[in-house]
Amino acid sequence: MRQRENSGILNTVSPFWNGVFNIIFILYSFACIIPLLLVIGVSFTDEKTIITSGYNFIPKVFSLEAYKWVFQSGDAIIRAYGLSIMITIIGTLCSVAIIAMFAYVISRKDFKYRNTFSFIVFFTMIFNGGLVPWYMVYTNFLHINDTLLAYIVPSLVNAWYVMIMRTFFQTNVPDSIIESAKIDGAGEFRTFLQIVIPLAKPGLATIALFQTLGFWNDWYLPLMLIENSKLFNLQYILYKTLTAIQYLAQASNVTGGTAQILSKLPSETARMAMCVLAIGPIILAYPFFQKYFVKGLTVGAVKG
Amino acid sequence: MGTTSSATKKVDNVQKIIYKHGFLYELKKNKVLFIMMLPALVVLFLNNYLPMAGVLIAFKNFKYFGRNLFENFAKSEWVGLENFEFFTATPDAFTITRNTLLYNLAFIVIGLIVSVFFAIILNEIKGKYKSKFYQASMFLPYFMSWIVVSYLVFALLSEEQGFVNKSLLPALGMNVDSLPSWYGDPGKWPFILTIVNMWKFTGYNCVVYVAAIAGIDQEYYEAATVDGASRFYQIKKITLPLLTPLMVILTLLAVGRVFYSDFGLFFSVTRNVGALYDTTSVIDTYVYNALRNLNDVGMASAAGLYQSVCGFILVLSSNLLVRKIDPDKALF
Repeated sequence: MRQRENSGILNTVSPFWNGVFNIIFILYSFACIIPLLLVIGVSFTDEKTIITSGYNFIPKVFSLEAYKWVFQSGDAIIRAYGLSIMITIIGTLCSVAIIAMFAYVISRKDFKYRNTFSFIVFFTMIFNGGLVPWYMVYTNFLHINDTLLAYIVPSLVNAWYVMIMRTFFQTNVPDSIIESAKIDGAGEFRTFLQIVIPLAKPGLATIALFQTLGFWNDWYLPLMLIENSKLFNLQYILYKTLTAIQYLAQASNVTGGTAQILSKLPSETARMAMCVLAIGPIILAYPFFQKYFVKGLTVGAVKG
Repeated sequence: MGTTSSATKKVDNVQKIIYKHGFLYELKKNKVLFIMMLPALVVLFLNNYLPMAGVLIAFKNFKYFGRNLFENFAKSEWVGLENFEFFTATPDAFTITRNTLLYNLAFIVIGLIVSVFFAIILNEIKGKYKSKFYQASMFLPYFMSWIVVSYLVFALLSEEQGFVNKSLLPALGMNVDSLPSWYGDPGKWPFILTIVNMWKFTGYNCVVYVAAIAGIDQEYYEAATVDGASRFYQIKKITLPLLTPLMVILTLLAVGRVFYSDFGLFFSVTRNVGALYDTTSVIDTYVYNALRNLNDVGMASAAGLYQSVCGFILVLSSNLLVRKIDPDKALF
């Protein structure tokens, strides 16, 4: 009702400017999507066509060779794909659990040391020791480089997400509910699991999405901490192939000399096909992702 | 004299005991809460606080003696500021500082203008589905990893097969022999990196401003309309002034981070090509290359500590300014 009233009263820009704005957006939206179309186009093109006429949006000669190769001889790629999925799931679950527990405790107004512990998290946002000591701790002290833990441990706690979650608990979980659960005889942990968590689901979902994206897109941690090629995730194999196309030959299970493999390998199109496969899950989950991301961002912007 | 000092000592001790008792008491009373915090505290200790203490490596001639970091640290010789002297003596120190600061300033200024512009005109788009579609496609690049972005840039700019050199420029009538060598000419990269950065983050940065515009009270616009103000005049006199505090705060917070840059943008999108370092090397990539490719722990840790300290000072001062403008928006 109010909406209709408003549109009656408010004036808008003239049809001319409305058209101009629409054109600007159509062009910009196009610019955002078009590079992806190029990569998709190349992945469906015949390898020889690429060599002669370069990358193009519309395949001059259509071919599924690249995908066939990835699924048939790209053992390492399939393994990396599985690894990426596993790391993303385990990492997200652990990280959300750890962040939620910590954020819940520092959100409790009756917890005497909440400010001290908030500061401990917060301080990591404004000062860090830099790359070298960080690298030394993982490779020279914890020795978890070249293990799957290296993908997960460094990303478990993110100060910004802890702050968002703390705010979420403070605004969405009334003290009186915790109080009454206590009176009813529920222990702290049971209160947290059965009463607080259900109330905080939207906040947890937001953090989970942020972390899912982070783990799936991660290539920095393997760059720093993983040398064993059996433990490479998808993004890191993509990175390796970008810098040296020969890497694909090493990653395939075809026997024979590297030169021979390379000549058979649809390397140009195969790496684009890998790239498409890496974007795939994100595009599929995109509507879902975008909705919660916008929500999460605006929650975070209100007050960290 | 003796009695008073022993008395104050006693009081001190009593206070200490009470304080100790306070923490222990709290620990006992809220055992479960402390256990719930434990996993995060362990991770923070290992991932953040231990490396903070580790900045002292910058003052040592760090060498590997064995598998134990603490032993290696203890056995390595103190060299005072030697690492810093080496670092500042190289021309790289100036180059990477200049690149880091200039890129960040360009990203802040252009990013601010572009995202506020898009947020305002998005608000003028009639039709819910249209504006939703525009926003969704603008946001898409944010979800791509830097590796995927590097592929997109490579597919466009590659000298052998790239779309620009193979199809676009020849179609525009450019001589095939004088095609630009994108990955060989450092002069082009300030523009490429700025465009790529805008492409990836405009949709993301826009969201906050779109939300802020949606939060403006409609009555301002109604009153202005009744008074006969045109829509553009309303944008100039209502929307922009009401957005200014948010713009100032987000800009100041970004200024607090000008010593840090996006590693993926400068490392992966440029494919870490040495020929481009003059315009693409920033502190983060320099530290990485010094540590992993040159194995120069001293230089890497000196550059890293330089970044940490400058970054810390800037964050503190920018936050101080934010606090003066709007205490609610300050980080602390």
